[in-house]
Amino acid sequence: MSHLPALQIVLPLLAAPICLLLRKSSLAWLLALGVALCGLAISIVLFHRTLNGEIISYAMGGWEPPWGIEYRVDRLSAFVLLIVSAIAAVTFAFANRSIAREIPLQKHSLFYTALLLCLAGLLGITITGDAFNLFVFLEISSLSSYVLISFGRERRALTAAFQYLIMGTIGATMILIGTGFIYMMTGTLNMADLALRLPGVMDTNTVRAAFAFLIVGFSIKLALFPLHVWLPNSYAYAPSVVSAFLAATATKVAIYSLIRFIFTIFGVDFAFGEMPLQVILILLSIIAVFVGSLSAIFQLNIKHMLAYSSVAQIGYIIIGIALVSAVGLSAGILHLFNHALIKGCLFLAVGCVFYQQGDATIDNFKGLGKTMPWTMAAFVIGGLGIIGMPLTAGFVSKWYLVLAALEHGVVGMIIIISVLLGSLLAVAYIWRIVEAAYFNQPEAAAIERGEAPLALLIPTWILALATIYFGIFTQLSVDAAMQAAQSLLGGK
Amino acid sequence: MLLATAMASIFLRDLFALVMLFGIFSLLTASFFLNLDAPDVAMTEAAIGAGISPILMLGTLALIRNTSAPRVKKTIRATMAPILAVTITGAALIYATLDMPYLSDPLAPAHNHVAPRYIQQSLQEIGIPNAVTSVLASYRGYDTLGEVFVIFTAGIGVLALLGFMYDASGRRYSQFADTASLNNHTILHVISKITIPLILLFALYVQFHGEYSPGGGFQAGVIFAVAFILYAMIYGLEAVYKVVSMRVIRLTMVVGVLLYVGTGVASLILGGNYLDYGALAHDPVHGQHLGIILIELGVALCVASVMLSVFFNFAGRAAVPPDAMEEGDKST
Repeated sequence: MSHLPALQIVLPLLAAPICLLLRKSSLAWLLALGVALCGLAISIVLFHRTLNGEIISYAMGGWEPPWGIEYRVDRLSAFVLLIVSAIAAVTFAFANRSIAREIPLQKHSLFYTALLLCLAGLLGITITGDAFNLFVFLEISSLSSYVLISFGRERRALTAAFQYLIMGTIGATMILIGTGFIYMMTGTLNMADLALRLPGVMDTNTVRAAFAFLIVGFSIKLALFPLHVWLPNSYAYAPSVVSAFLAATATKVAIYSLIRFIFTIFGVDFAFGEMPLQVILILLSIIAVFVGSLSAIFQLNIKHMLAYSSVAQIGYIIIGIALVSAVGLSAGILHLFNHALIKGCLFLAVGCVFYQQGDATIDNFKGLGKTMPWTMAAFVIGGLGIIGMPLTAGFVSKWYLVLAALEHGVVGMIIIISVLLGSLLAVAYIWRIVEAAYFNQPEAAAIERGEAPLALLIPTWILALATIYFGIFTQLSVDAAMQAAQSLLGGK
Repeated sequence: MLLATAMASIFLRDLFALVMLFGIFSLLTASFFLNLDAPDVAMTEAAIGAGISPILMLGTLALIRNTSAPRVKKTIRATMAPILAVTITGAALIYATLDMPYLSDPLAPAHNHVAPRYIQQSLQEIGIPNAVTSVLASYRGYDTLGEVFVIFTAGIGVLALLGFMYDASGRRYSQFADTASLNNHTILHVISKITIPLILLFALYVQFHGEYSPGGGFQAGVIFAVAFILYAMIYGLEAVYKVVSMRVIRLTMVVGVLLYVGTGVASLILGGNYLDYGALAHDPVHGQHLGIILIELGVALCVASVMLSVFFNFAGRAAVPPDAMEEGDKST
């Protein structure tokens, strides 16, 4: 039991190479799914154990930190681990049928290998308590996500993956430079140790530059406006499963790393007191909300639309974080969780449409309300979540965001107005689909094709139901986010 | 020198010369590292940056059959944005150096926190003289595991993008595009026959002497792969293919990473923490020895086979005539 933190990462790492040797697609899928389910079980146990504020520390190789690498599970990382592994379990279940029509058969085992590597990378970033180890796993997850995106059926997937590769590599290099600088000034790479030793050297140019490099690097990774340009194409041309998996996890893990560096390593006083981070983040996030939502309205490809909507939603999360209050931070963390569910649900629903119709432009949605009622119902639930309708998960996090903004006077009012306007814009872009699906006659071919298979519908509906569940029974997610925020801000 | 090379590579339009400049740049960087007393890193940089990556870039050039960059008229925005980004980054880097500890300052934090233990106690705790290997393979062995997986992922990426151009018997790997000309060079044949065994021997030396002197699995793996690549370039891919087929490479790639992960799992089963080699034998120091040898072997296997796989996938593409290539694209 004490080895659970290591097993969380080692299982997918172990399974990935084995997957490469499995010639049969279904075997590789079963292995990947099995590993994802085991990972989910482990993360639930870890989450449960950290609920009372316990911090689980695991020394890799038996070398105690800071000499060795430490795995450190606290409330926040346990929560993010849970999100990532839950989304992985659901999307991996979706993968088998979905990639059958999107990826040539002989590449399937490679695909699952890359998928498992990506999962291991994302979990590794979340669980580690070591700044350089974070970078190593960031590289694993980034490289494998470039590969996963390039599996897309259209050749444009290759340019999208290449653009992501260039942007991502620049981001990763900046993170590496920043990590190098703080190592140079403190002589340690362990996060907890860094937090102890950094205050002594805070007032140096090197640490300030390190901070800037790290923030910019992670902002590229999490697609904060204006560094989001890689995101829309990558998500639009990737295979449906990959879009759902990455949209729900990759940017979230990058946001987690940002929170980790700001709150745990550098500390609130330095990040928001000495550096003008708050102004920059809030300003950029508000622009992100508007630019993302407005661009989403004009997209013909629905995957593009959802990707731009992600840019806007990331804006909400960062606004919450940048408010630096307990309520604001927990609103950010909560939205991180809720948005993962909602976006996962939407992308999976689009994946169902893609599976049946062969594409996902707005024309493909015509009349689907009649021919694919279950898929469209799930899409509508996800759409309501994005808008932030009461009784969906999206409402809860936006509610807390507004509560947090109320404490901030004029700036708070601006934030509230942009949240409301952003939601209105979301109504506009979701409504276009609803109109196409429910107020148009289906084409004859679409009627023939009918509803998506159960193997695709079940994972989609799991996320749709979760969206509703966490909109009504908010205690679990809100408590987890609140407590994580409090321990980040220093309280117990 | 470094600056001059970097500037030259920005303005140069001939891609062939550019690749050579990249090689020179890496070699210069390697000598920089050597100057900073980091022979392990210098060796990696020399082997990878100056050794194998120019070959891969040349392979790409052979694929695209075009050795000069096209002149594209760029808008002011397209040129200014990168320049601005680079200038800001450069300024930030210079700004950061103002408060840095001086080079080789004994009081610098980096030398006074975790490093002393690595230097003073690694001999007793791990029992090998090269402290760098101790840190890489044991104290921070988990990072190295991650690095091996990064390389493995890169291998997967190349396989996914360029693989599957061959049939089951591998018949499509006929010849490296330009080897026809090299086939008749007697001098190359003779010299390569002399040097290739030496390269292989050196790789093995770097591998097994890594505990005592600079070197280890990464460097050895690359050097090992280079010998095969050299052979393939001169005698054609088919000749190499008789020794190692793509299937074998794929297998060794997997065996390599599994050896590393498996060593960790073994120490887990034997009651230690993950990658705690001390649990592998009765005597912890002995266990450390065993663990490091095993994982270094895994690293070398994985690195060598990924490098070979990348090269074969590039070269194999070049061997396919253009029309067959299009067919291949449709079928994949």
